[in-house]
Order: sequence, then C-alpha cells, then structure tokens
Amino acid sequence: MLKPPENILTVQNMSVEFPTLSGVVTAVRNVSFSVGREKVGIIGESGSGKSTVGRAIMRLQPPQAVVKADRLQFEDINLLTVPEEQMLSVRGRRISMILQDPKYSLNPVMTVGEQIAETVILHERVSRKEARQRTLAMLERVNIRDPQRVFDLYPHEVSGGMGQRIMISMMLIASPSLIIADEPTSALDVTVRQQVLSILDDLVTERNLGLIFISHDLNLVRSFCDRVIIMYAGRVVETIAAADLDDAQHPYTRGLLNALPSLDHPRDRLEVLRRDPAWLEN
Amino acid sequence: MTMIKVDHLAVSYGHGDSLLRVVNDVSFEVAKGETFGLVGESGCGKSTVLGALAGRNRQWSGSIRIDDETIGLKRSISQLAKQQMVFQDPFGSIHPRHTIGRTLLEPLEIHGKDNRQERVEKALKDVGLPLNFRYRFPHQLSGGQRQRVAIARALILEPRILLLDEPTSALDVSIQAEILNLLKDLRDREKLTYILVSHDLAVVAHLCDRVAIMQNGGFVEVATKAQLLADTVAHPYTRVLMDGSRGYVASRRPVDTTA
Repeated sequence: MLKPPENILTVQNMSVEFPTLSGVVTAVRNVSFSVGREKVGIIGESGSGKSTVGRAIMRLQPPQAVVKADRLQFEDINLLTVPEEQMLSVRGRRISMILQDPKYSLNPVMTVGEQIAETVILHERVSRKEARQRTLAMLERVNIRDPQRVFDLYPHEVSGGMGQRIMISMMLIASPSLIIADEPTSALDVTVRQQVLSILDDLVTERNLGLIFISHDLNLVRSFCDRVIIMYAGRVVETIAAADLDDAQHPYTRGLLNALPSLDHPRDRLEVLRRDPAWLEN
Repeated sequence: MTMIKVDHLAVSYGHGDSLLRVVNDVSFEVAKGETFGLVGESGCGKSTVLGALAGRNRQWSGSIRIDDETIGLKRSISQLAKQQMVFQDPFGSIHPRHTIGRTLLEPLEIHGKDNRQERVEKALKDVGLPLNFRYRFPHQLSGGQRQRVAIARALILEPRILLLDEPTSALDVSIQAEILNLLKDLRDREKLTYILVSHDLAVVAHLCDRVAIMQNGGFVEVATKAQLLADTVAHPYTRVLMDGSRGYVASRRPVDTTA
C-alpha cells in the first residue's frame, strides 16, 4: 500500500479527560495519528478509549469532557477552535458516523426514507422531491432491492443488516470525506456482515474517502483495513500496516493475537494476556 | 457412554395461528465428556435446542434421553440438576441486588442441598475467584469475573452437563481466552459434557469435538473438529461461516491495486 498523498485528518497529542468527584479520569492520553484516503482501523478492548477518540473528532463528547490536543485538523478546519454553528455544517456533511446498532441509532418514529432525506435537505437545501430521488438512488446503491417500498418503512420493520445499510446510505448521501464507523457490524451475523462490509468497502474506494473503523475484532480489522492503530488504556501502543499485523512488536498486540482462537492455527490452550504496568507509561 | 441422545426433536413457540416451529426434526448424540457445538446465525434455533434440553421450553416433541433416562415434559428435581445453563450476558443474567454468595446459595436452597457454605466456597474456588467475592455485588465485578460467577452458579449443583449459550461473546478477546481455558480445565477435571452454542466457528473449533451447523431450525451438517481445521467441510454454508470467523473477504472488487 502506497503512502496516502494527503491527510484528511491529523490528530496530534489528543487527550480526553473526564473530571469526576474522585479526580480526573483520562480516557484518552496523548494520542496521535493521521488519516488519509484509506481505511484505518482502531482496535482496543472495552474501555480502551477507542470510541471516545471517534466521538472527540466529531465533537460529540459529553459536555463535561475536556478535549486537549496540540493539533486537531480536519481538512481546512481546526476542530479545536471551530464554533459550534460551523460544526453543524461539518457533522453529517463532511464527517459522518456509523454507529453499532441500527435498532437504537435510527429514529423509531420516522420512516427510514425521511431520515435519510433529512440529511440532504438540511445540508444541501434541496427540495423534498429531489431529496427523495437522491435517497432512492442511495438506497439502491447499498443494494436494497425495492427502494420505493423500503423508503416508507419504519426502523422496526427492517432487519439488522438492512438497518445498517440504511445507516450507511444516510451517512454517505451528503458525500462526506471522512467516515467514522464505530463497531458498525458487531450487531450483525457473519453472512450479513460480509455484505454490509463489501458495500462499505466499495463506497469508500469508489468515492475515495477516509474511513476510521473502530472495532474490537482483530481478524475483521486486519482483513478490512489498510492500517491498524492498537489502543490500550487510552494510549496508542502501536500503529502498523494491516498486512504486517502478524509481525507486531508490542507485547499487548502480540498478546491479543495469541489470545484469539483460530481455525488456521489451532492451539490446545489459549494464551492469557498478561498486562504489564509498563504499558501505561509514556 | 452416551450422555445426551436427541431424536427427532421439534420445538415451537406460541399456539394456534401464531404457532411457530423453530426447530425441525433434529437428532444428535453427545458422548460423556464430549463437547458438542451448535453454530448458526441468529434465529436459526440453536438457543432453542438448548432451551428444550435445559427444560426451559416444554413445547417440544420427539425424544430426549439424558444420562440413560428418558426425559418427559415434567422432570424430577434430580433430572433438573443434571444440566445447567450459562448464559451469554453476564451483565443481565445475575441478580444485581443479590450478593454473589446469595446468588450461589439460591440453587442450593431450591434443590435442598446440605453443606451450603462449603459448596459455595468450592464453587468459587473451582472458577478461580477469591472467597471474599461472595460478599460482593455484581456491579463490583468485571465482565470476565461475572461470567466466572455464572459458571460457578451452574456448577454448584454438580451437574453432569453444562449448556453454554454464547458464553464468551459479550467479553473482550483476552477475557474470552481466560474463560475458554477455564471451561476446558473444568471439563477435563470434572468430566463434564458440554453443549456450546456460538456464532463464532473459531471458538467452537477450539473447544468442541464435533459441531452441528444449523440453518432455519435444522442441521445442515455435523462436522468434526478435524474437518474444520483441515478445511474439508462439505456444506457451502459451513464454509461461509468459516470465512466469517476469519474476517472480511473482499468479494466483488477486482484485483486492481493501481491506486
């Protein structure tokens, strides 16, 4: 894989802190990475801060959270200083986010068509009629066979896989340049997951987007992404090309790989990860 | 040495017009000490098979024999104790306002067992938890520790069979490894028979000797561990599931890396 020529997003020394009654909890500590027109995976266990990173980029962190960074640059926008009104035109239009479970993240009292169309109407001020046309075309693009019918369905009337495809079409309809996908397929079955990912893969390639793929599934990220960022306790412990993951150096990454049961490398006992306090330094 | 023998099992939910047959004519045998896997996608009926075996669902037909006893619709107390379930979500399956000790005592009370304190201590020790955990509440435990409690609760009645319904899918990989190792040790030490339901073939292949692949309420194939590892499974659906556990397979994209 060639080095991407331009960075869409640059994150330098980002920390996210939550003040609590018993002191400041640092969920993300001095994280630096950049994303070009490529698929970047962020892997980590629960509580490693991977979702917090995604949300901080979107400026969707809870109000009490404090985001600090040396630099948080998205294309021509400084995400640290941009006023909230301007952020409204960035979110959903230039950066969008795909969430884990369509059952909970789609609006249950609006038809899915209206929800998708809303994005275009808000951001591009087009007529309802045109928004409908765009929505139908987008639904067709994510391989929904009967877009006219699906347009008028409510979220509870669609399956998980279709829900996630609807979410993808909602997030891509305004042609963003960066997509943050937070565990987009964890709620799906393997065969459906395969379909959804291949649609996402095609769209990202075809439109030349940057994708941040947040997941806990090593095998999935390794096979889907170009580069992988491994997070542990709020820190980036290693960044490595997905193809070289087997040669990962950091003991945490190695530990994760060895803890995974595998069809190709069966083991009698799985290695149990030994957490080294030294990983928490620097 | 057959522990479980199931013949022409069919399970349904609902009555009358809304009757829904979820499992259709399933037959299998599990030997003593064997681990049998059930794999499939959501809605294929794998948990329903477990439910019928555990006595949770009584709307079944066919025949079930467990430990050389034919199981009827009404089970005796000792028949009920013989198989115990471990559920998927350790956050939802343990009473949030009972201490761990209280949770572990409950099955002993129901089944009228003696030496309760010793049994609770032994169960905690078996799953590798410190004894003072009995005074804790579930929210003071991590996900992996809670799943150990769920396993301890299942073991406390000294069952011969554990029915494991996705025991690790709510856990992180590193914790999953600990739980899978624990299950393996317990099986070897206590000579337990397992039925393991999972959607991840890698997990199943790690623990099981034989695996039934389910689709639409029936078995499409029963594969051995050796077949899975050597990739000589017969049914295309099994192969789809195997690919799924390896990750993402780029499909329609032509081999073109000119970018």
